[in-house]
Amino acid sequence: MIDILHNINLVANILILVFLLCIGVSVVRARNLLVASVLLGIFSILMATEYLVLAAPDVAITEASVGAGISTVLLLLGIFLVGEKEKRVKGRKLLPFIMVVSIAAMLVYASGGLPVFGSGSSPAQSGVASYYTKNSVIETGVPNVVTAVLASYRGYDTFGETLVIFTAGIAVLMLLGKFGKNKNKT
Amino acid sequence: MQEIVVLRVVVRLLLPFILMYALYILFHGEVSPGGGFQAGVIFAAGFIAYSLVNDLASLQKILPHFVVRIINALGVLIYAGVGVTTMFMGGRFLGFSAFRVLPADGQKLGIMLVEVGIGMVVFSVIMLVFYSFGERSGDDS
Amino acid sequence: MTLDALNYWVSFILMMIGFFGIVSSGNLLKKLICLTIFQVSALLFYISVGYVKGAAAPIIKDVIIDYVNPLPHVLMLTAIVVGVASMAVGLAITVRIKEEYGTIEEDEIAELDFKKHKRESKKK
Repeated sequence: MIDILHNINLVANILILVFLLCIGVSVVRARNLLVASVLLGIFSILMATEYLVLAAPDVAITEASVGAGISTVLLLLGIFLVGEKEKRVKGRKLLPFIMVVSIAAMLVYASGGLPVFGSGSSPAQSGVASYYTKNSVIETGVPNVVTAVLASYRGYDTFGETLVIFTAGIAVLMLLGKFGKNKNKT
Repeated sequence: MQEIVVLRVVVRLLLPFILMYALYILFHGEVSPGGGFQAGVIFAAGFIAYSLVNDLASLQKILPHFVVRIINALGVLIYAGVGVTTMFMGGRFLGFSAFRVLPADGQKLGIMLVEVGIGMVVFSVIMLVFYSFGERSGDDS
Repeated sequence: MTLDALNYWVSFILMMIGFFGIVSSGNLLKKLICLTIFQVSALLFYISVGYVKGAAAPIIKDVIIDYVNPLPHVLMLTAIVVGVASMAVGLAITVRIKEEYGTIEEDEIAELDFKKHKRESKKK
């Protein structure tokens, strides 16, 4: 029984990854920016499903709601203000293509040196992670290890990140809002 | 904008469930997947859905600009305030064990307060960005 | 090189597809969209590193089983939300550029800048 479940995981993994590649290529090739942003929303939802296959439900919820919801709405608002056609540029694609293909080949070759995918004894797993999963319920009383690590064990990082989001909101207010240079507009 | 009846009815039906689901994810984030970030985003998504169906002006009647700014600052204040309170209670900055006698109970309380703060900041930043873009054009698509 | 490492390869190839889009397109908004693809595939790489085969999601139940590494999940949660915040700032800057220059194509902006610079140096 576990064997069949494991095989379904593998099949779903491969299918979703192939779809991701196809949609990635079509986003880059799209000429109309509206089409590109809708395809980006589809890309985000597929990525959220891939995170579910990789047993990461917190990240899946965040990616689905942020990527497919908020990101698409913001891009559509931006395209409405800016214009949706992309100009066709001739003759600047050969050199980037060669460079990108060579970097991708080097990276794929170097991925042979990474630890085996899904092994329980790779250097990433033997470290603080086992301490967190063993002692999270005892020390913090919270069964969701991701929330415990985010809010309690790594609380400083989350504090800094909240400040980063706060600063980004203030930056958008200053650029586009009624403060700063726009007091005479609107 | 031409009114689409199906969209108006569905959004009006779904909006309380969306907001309640966001609060559920926030407070249940300790036992099931979830937490502050997801809750803030889904809460904002509910309001944005309402504004896409009706006008931006009718959303600003419910949720004025200065209220969103106050929630923004309040979220950061809650997070930093929890840290400073634990310092006053004898622990370290953001050391939640100082809240109660048993360290695990103090951690649970501290984690919940901090998640509320994070949710408020994320919600208000998304609403501020949406308001800024929407007011720019005078109308949203 | 079994089929197991497909996750790593696809994340690298997606990163390079996004990078190609950034370098080869002149439209500022298209660059932002391809930057989002780049970032999302980098997250896929990290979560693939933290995956353990046959293990459960990191929510502790009473039965003792294997758990997936929770640390990449925490870091990627942060990265996603910060990514959307920086995309919002990038969009705001693009809107302002459109209002100042009238276009968001890179080469037209460079031309307008060059003409304005020549005009200002002639005035002096």
